Amino acid sequence: MKEKTLSVSAIKEGTVIDHIQAGQALKIIRLLGFAANENRVTVGLNLKSHSTGLKDIIKIENVFLTESQAARIAIFSPSATVNVIENYKVAKKFRVRMPEAIAAVLFCPNTRCITNAETVSTFFTVEENQTQIALRCKYCEKIFPRDATKEKAPS
Amino acid sequence: MHFMSASLIHEPKRIMKQSLSGRDLISISDLSKQEIEQILDAAKNFQKKPHSDLLKGSILASCFFEPSTRTRLSFEAAMHRLGGSVIGFSESHSTSAQKGETLFDAMKIIGSFSDILVIRHPSEGSARVASEATDKPVINAGDGANQHPTQTLLDLFTIRECQSKIEDLQIALAGDLKYSRTVHSLSLALAHYPVRLYFISPEALSLPEEISMELRKKGVKFSFHSAIQEVLPKIDILYLTRIQKERFLDPQQAAKAMSHPCRVLKKDLEKVKPNFRLLSPLPRLDEMEKSIDDTPYAAYFQQAANGIPVRMALLSLLLGKL
Repeated sequence: MKEKTLSVSAIKEGTVIDHIQAGQALKIIRLLGFAANENRVTVGLNLKSHSTGLKDIIKIENVFLTESQAARIAIFSPSATVNVIENYKVAKKFRVRMPEAIAAVLFCPNTRCITNAETVSTFFTVEENQTQIALRCKYCEKIFPRDATKEKAPS
Repeated sequence: MHFMSASLIHEPKRIMKQSLSGRDLISISDLSKQEIEQILDAAKNFQKKPHSDLLKGSILASCFFEPSTRTRLSFEAAMHRLGGSVIGFSESHSTSAQKGETLFDAMKIIGSFSDILVIRHPSEGSARVASEATDKPVINAGDGANQHPTQTLLDLFTIRECQSKIEDLQIALAGDLKYSRTVHSLSLALAHYPVRLYFISPEALSLPEEISMELRKKGVKFSFHSAIQEVLPKIDILYLTRIQKERFLDPQQAAKAMSHPCRVLKKDLEKVKPNFRLLSPLPRLDEMEKSIDDTPYAAYFQQAANGIPVRMALLSLLLGKL
């Protein structure tokens, strides 16, 4: 029997975020500030996936995501799954859920929007249109594709 | 950094109140069809009785960070006609914005001096920020290229006045559909009614996607055209806007757009329906021939005059006096 090899090494305790849309892993790490603490973070980019062709994966030791952190991941990769790892085994597995709104995390791409001229906390409502995810700015009322929005530095 | 339910956050303040009293008017989307009709009905009454002491003792803060003639003067005239007083400014150079004061701080302070505020500002979303700075009702009189809801109310009032209805009309909106905030607000308001819409513009100035997305969502029938003459014989209303050259970031792009304006000549109106009316938020440049003024089709001056009763109605309703 052919032995399987892991592309990314296993972790004892922590979280594995799998099935991330290829190209989004580094953004998620930045957005959630995973690289800011001393826990070991392992990243796999452009790994083969049966369902999506290519995927990214993030493994973070000793970190367990809150519901709002998982929701934030959904904005950048709605297909992502979160695996809670305890003693090298998957103790819990769930798909990320899109939040209804996202506050203070993203810049508004509209240069004419007041949020880019004053210290106003941004606020976007999430609008899903079949497979497309769009964000509507509460202030300038413009709609942007998810990829057009840039994230602010983690607080 | 936090995430919350959109239904909790996105609603304007004081939303729990069912009436218009104490509410803001920032986007035309803040109003239901029933509320729009309530304002139009009240405006009809003020048109018949244009003098009142209803707002005696109340102060309107007229905060115009950007030039305006019709909107500012009609708000101020409306307040005076209701017996109220007006404080304010008509350009940002005379305010502390020049010293670097934030809009939020300025509006919070002005809110403590007055009972109701009107704001025009070049930044999109500025009126929403103003509404968060003060508990007093805030009316958006134009925030950049975003929204101009009170213009929309007087546009609807004029359409209803000259056609005796809004339902089942064929309405064309032409000119600068990208930057004209009046087009954005009016399109969204018309989505409350069973109307057929035609959008005519140079390609570079077409309707923003968020507006057409909303119209599609609400099941409005609409189509895009490149020449007004294509639709003139079948429409009841033509809403014609100027090219908003001040909104272009690139002057070369502005010059290019100006060279292809949507123009209407008097001879173009030979085949229109007898009830056809031409509306414009004004000011106008050269998008319409001046001789159209003398035809029965010109409704734009009547439209501008309607700003007074409509704004009287709005001020009275938001201040809870009706």
